[in-house]
Amino acid sequence: MNAPTDPKLHERKDALQGLGDSRLRKEDARFIQGKGHYVDDIKLPGMLHMDIVRSPYAHARIKAIDKTEALNVPGVVAVLTAEDLKPLKLHWMPTLAGDVAAVLADGKVHFQMQEVAVVIATDRYAAADGVEAVQVEYEELPVVIDPYEALKPDAPVLREDLAGKTSGAHGAREHHNHIFTWTAGDQAAADAAFASAPVTVSQHLFYPRVHPCPLETCGCVASFDPVRGELTTYMTSQAPHVVRTVVSLLSGIPESKVRIVSPDIGGGFGNKVGVYPGYVCAIVASIVLGKPVKWIEDRVENISSTAFARDYHMDGEIAATPDGKILGLRVNVVADHGAFDACADPTKFPAGLFHICSGSYDIPAAFCSVKGVYTNKAPGGVAYRCSFRVTEAVYLIERMVDVLAQKLGMDKAEIRAKNFIKKEQFPYTSAFGFEYDSGDYHTALQKVLDAVDYKALRAEQAAKRADPNSPTLMGIGLVTFTEVVGAGPSKMCDILGVGMFDSCEIRIHPTGSAIARMGTITQGQGHQTTYAQIIATELGIPSEVIQVEEGDTSTAPYGLGTYGSRSTPVAGAAIALAARKIHAKARKIAAHLLEVGENDLDWEIDRFHVKGDPSRHKTMKDIAWAAYNNVPAGLEMGLEAVHYYDPPNFTYPFGIYLCVVDIDRATGETKVRRFYALDDCGTRINPMIIEGQIHGGLTEGFAVAMGQQMPFDAQGNLLGNTLMDYFLPTAVETPKWETDHTVTPSPHHPIGAKGVAESPHVGSIPTFTAAVVDAFAHLGVTDMTMPHTSYRVWQQLVKSGVAL
Amino acid sequence: MPKKIINLKVNGRAHEEAVEPRTLLVHFLREQLNLTGAHIGCETSHCGACTVDIDGKSVKSCTHLAVQCDGSEVLTVEGLAQGGVLHAVQEGFYREHGLQCGFCTPGMLVRSYRLLLDNPDPTEEEIRAGISGNLCRCTGYQNIVKAIQYAAKKLQQDQKVTA
Amino acid sequence: MIPPAFDYHAPRSVSEAIGLLGSLGPDAKLLAGGHSLLPMMKLRFAQPSHLIDLNRIAELRGICEDGNDVVIGAMTVENDLIANPILQAKVPLLAEAPKLIADPQVRNRGTIGGDIAHGDPANDHPALSIAVDAAFVLQGPKGTRQVKAEDFYLGTYVTALAEDEILVGIRVPAFAAGTGWAYEKLKRKTGDWATAGAAVVMRMAGGAVTHARIALTNVGPTALRATDAENALTGKPLSDASIDAAAQAARAVCDPAEDLRGDRDYKTAMAGQMVKRAIRAAAARCQ
Repeated sequence: MNAPTDPKLHERKDALQGLGDSRLRKEDARFIQGKGHYVDDIKLPGMLHMDIVRSPYAHARIKAIDKTEALNVPGVVAVLTAEDLKPLKLHWMPTLAGDVAAVLADGKVHFQMQEVAVVIATDRYAAADGVEAVQVEYEELPVVIDPYEALKPDAPVLREDLAGKTSGAHGAREHHNHIFTWTAGDQAAADAAFASAPVTVSQHLFYPRVHPCPLETCGCVASFDPVRGELTTYMTSQAPHVVRTVVSLLSGIPESKVRIVSPDIGGGFGNKVGVYPGYVCAIVASIVLGKPVKWIEDRVENISSTAFARDYHMDGEIAATPDGKILGLRVNVVADHGAFDACADPTKFPAGLFHICSGSYDIPAAFCSVKGVYTNKAPGGVAYRCSFRVTEAVYLIERMVDVLAQKLGMDKAEIRAKNFIKKEQFPYTSAFGFEYDSGDYHTALQKVLDAVDYKALRAEQAAKRADPNSPTLMGIGLVTFTEVVGAGPSKMCDILGVGMFDSCEIRIHPTGSAIARMGTITQGQGHQTTYAQIIATELGIPSEVIQVEEGDTSTAPYGLGTYGSRSTPVAGAAIALAARKIHAKARKIAAHLLEVGENDLDWEIDRFHVKGDPSRHKTMKDIAWAAYNNVPAGLEMGLEAVHYYDPPNFTYPFGIYLCVVDIDRATGETKVRRFYALDDCGTRINPMIIEGQIHGGLTEGFAVAMGQQMPFDAQGNLLGNTLMDYFLPTAVETPKWETDHTVTPSPHHPIGAKGVAESPHVGSIPTFTAAVVDAFAHLGVTDMTMPHTSYRVWQQLVKSGVAL
Repeated sequence: MPKKIINLKVNGRAHEEAVEPRTLLVHFLREQLNLTGAHIGCETSHCGACTVDIDGKSVKSCTHLAVQCDGSEVLTVEGLAQGGVLHAVQEGFYREHGLQCGFCTPGMLVRSYRLLLDNPDPTEEEIRAGISGNLCRCTGYQNIVKAIQYAAKKLQQDQKVTA
Repeated sequence: MIPPAFDYHAPRSVSEAIGLLGSLGPDAKLLAGGHSLLPMMKLRFAQPSHLIDLNRIAELRGICEDGNDVVIGAMTVENDLIANPILQAKVPLLAEAPKLIADPQVRNRGTIGGDIAHGDPANDHPALSIAVDAAFVLQGPKGTRQVKAEDFYLGTYVTALAEDEILVGIRVPAFAAGTGWAYEKLKRKTGDWATAGAAVVMRMAGGAVTHARIALTNVGPTALRATDAENALTGKPLSDASIDAAAQAARAVCDPAEDLRGDRDYKTAMAGQMVKRAIRAAAARCQ
């Protein structure tokens, strides 16, 4: 949309604070005054508190559970175990991935901190005392924490409940600890490319397990009204409608009598998508006891038992010509899913959208396979701003391209430019079948290289490499990623059978303000502002008076929630199209009011005017009033619309990230000297909000790459499950970020927008690794596994003989 | 264990309440006084989401017993605005997009408030060190720094106006 | 997240506190800043039946001078050490080093006494105290006594403080003119304990090192005084060779516990690196 040159038009456009405006956020008022409404802020009359007894062992039989002492703790009202859930058939529950997971451990525990019993008490202090008093007798079993060990013939059987099941939700099971093997691409074509290729490289790449760790932990307040037979649950949920459907199916309460409310959420990052045992138990407790029940987990519980991310062991291979043209890609992955497959993926994709791993490159032949495996760890896998395994895919391809570059002695920018999908090739269908909507990688790359003076950086690096006394090693990491978001077209993408459309309903009030509700739910992304901005530009109503609501399943139209950067691509489209339905009706009303034909009207910013006579006009405000008292014959009163949008395709935001690091040869401390992030998310709704999302995603990426880890010892104990060890950087450690952008709209999206919030996380993590490895590249190092703590980097310095 | 009676001022208002010795100040504020601005993000005193101001000092209210506040004056985020007028730090966070999900925000605001009283003209490095007891997962701190710089400038300008 | 129930006492004097310590027995714990004890209680690793809160005892706070000594009340919080003009002038290491401890909020409550008395090898004040030749003033039912910092630490969480005693103060001789000092602490992030830390206090005259104290944090079961490292410096000019020798000698006394910060090799090597950095920084401050 071009900026109007006429100052009066400019004024009218600015007054809307619509699409493209860095307007301040509408939701801030409550947060800056401490009046946010998070789950733990909710108090209902008679509310009880629930706390959870958890297993100290990673793999053990439960011999006995003694509730007596706990029931005698003052304030304790009830103690529930799997035995109590059995009559309701709720001791196990279906997962989003077609598996089952224990709600409360049924005879055995499968991971450390697994839920074994719940204690309900009159206040949270009594509940905590009750938890200490429950006595559980365990018999330890041998522990498996390595997925390769798990697949050995004599490995312990983890899932006794699946004994004899030779196939699961995703096909055949080859072994008692095997979940699925999923493939994409053309194996024969890929093998042929490798067979004849002059150059091949291969690299094992491990993407370690990490955890999204939002600042607010998970929790709910479940409130069953026994008089009305209605269940209301306030929940930290990124997908309240899906949860409502699942809760209805599990509980037998009709969906019309189940209400899930996601209030303000203190960060989601994919940690708040799944249905946790805590939610189920709180709901059951509320139904059984007839009182509201609150459950809020601790940080240790959050890190130890809720949806983790990654844990992908990847073997990548690239076939190429001697001058660096990629001919083929092969990837084999062993995926550690933990004790239950609870991956929050669209049903048909047990490895998510990992097959975006051909990246930004024009690769003619490609094949990937992913083997899912059970181990004695918490379930999860798809979380932490990953866009359904796109973090793993981008990591794989960007690392492999560097490996190839290093083998051939080619510059890492040059090899990328050589293999990029060209602008003219879009829409481009990859060897894995993704139809990339739009992109211009060459322009974006050049913009970044110029901005950082890439040549000078490489020259500086060369000089430092030539100086044996240099106290630091300098590394330059370059990542040119394409990611796939906006799940997704319903024929491909569903969650438990519900297609991954999304929705919007808009109602304009007689006096010209509006209310709009969508099926997504913000957790800090600013939907209350950005969604209003879309409507403002479509309908000529100031965003300031457009009220946006999400998260209450009793009022919001059905949607699949917010994760995988899908809100703008899917709900954003629904918003635009719902608005256009209103716009079409408004035209009819305007024509009626102005006594002209619909085609005699032009629309400009906030009004229809008669063609050639701007003085004869009706603003959207005028039309709104008329909609309630003066509409043409045959037209209904009112001015509202609903749209359910089933996207025709995913969207493909892309980015070019460059990072410079300096590694202290004495200590391994790695300083990020510079990080330049160029993102292209198509149409930019609110640049200020986009930039904020980029800062946040880059910071999370920094944390993952440079410090986060979830180490397990041989007994399956999770070490470092508090914030003492789990690395959340403070403002002191966090680098300063430089952001930039290009705009390549999505041709299939009503406003050309692609979604952006996961890009900085997806793209930055391999950038940090690329930079650290690049610092050692002249010494023959091709890979270093994250996290790049000073300790681990120092070990490489020693190994490479350059530690001071 | 028998409850203790404490007398304290919270946001200028006097309270007399009975608490268990083990009642954490953050739970006292949130549950007994219904001041839910201070949040709980961890149990090991790292995240700072619970930060309040006690007798002129920034304190993590999750690592402070309510009984220890007998005779004290506590300021929470709910007490920052005066007479319906937002404090400069609140305005700064709004104008510079210093918040996204809002969960760390009350702690950040109360901490920033005290930081600027102790050091009215901080460098960026001093600001970052000054908020190093407050974790944020959404913003990457960059706009929070700008928000505090905005507030510092505004407070200095307001001083000049009233001086 | 929730500590177990306990009874709470807030004495107003040291003698009252000592009396309570005696009468309540071993199930009572002293509450200083609370930022070590309360988290342990919230995770239910510590479950005392009684807490004796020292925060209301005015005589335990404050910093004054007594002859050549600076006397620091045990309940003086870290931020007050940083801001104190007497320390800044007379023992600047103790005004500067606390900036590396924890974070701003924790430093408003964490006390020098709590940090010293806990016996945690990860705490910073033990090595700092050794480096400045501090003596700890202990008071019990039988009276008051002093124990030198380097004699105070007997093992992990084991100190010379008797069960019926309270640490009431820290006596530090004022730095002589021309004293250089530094504390170098390698850590994973703000607020973390040291991966390895080195405190150095030194003096030079006529081009030679005349005095050196080197103490190490978190690379052994207690804070360690690296006497051999000190000897590698004293009596000779400072040079790359003598600094390397000091680092090597310091590494030789290290016995670090392995954890997520590093294995023995890394922590030991880093102790050596921190010693080198601290010696160079201290030397630069020697007038």
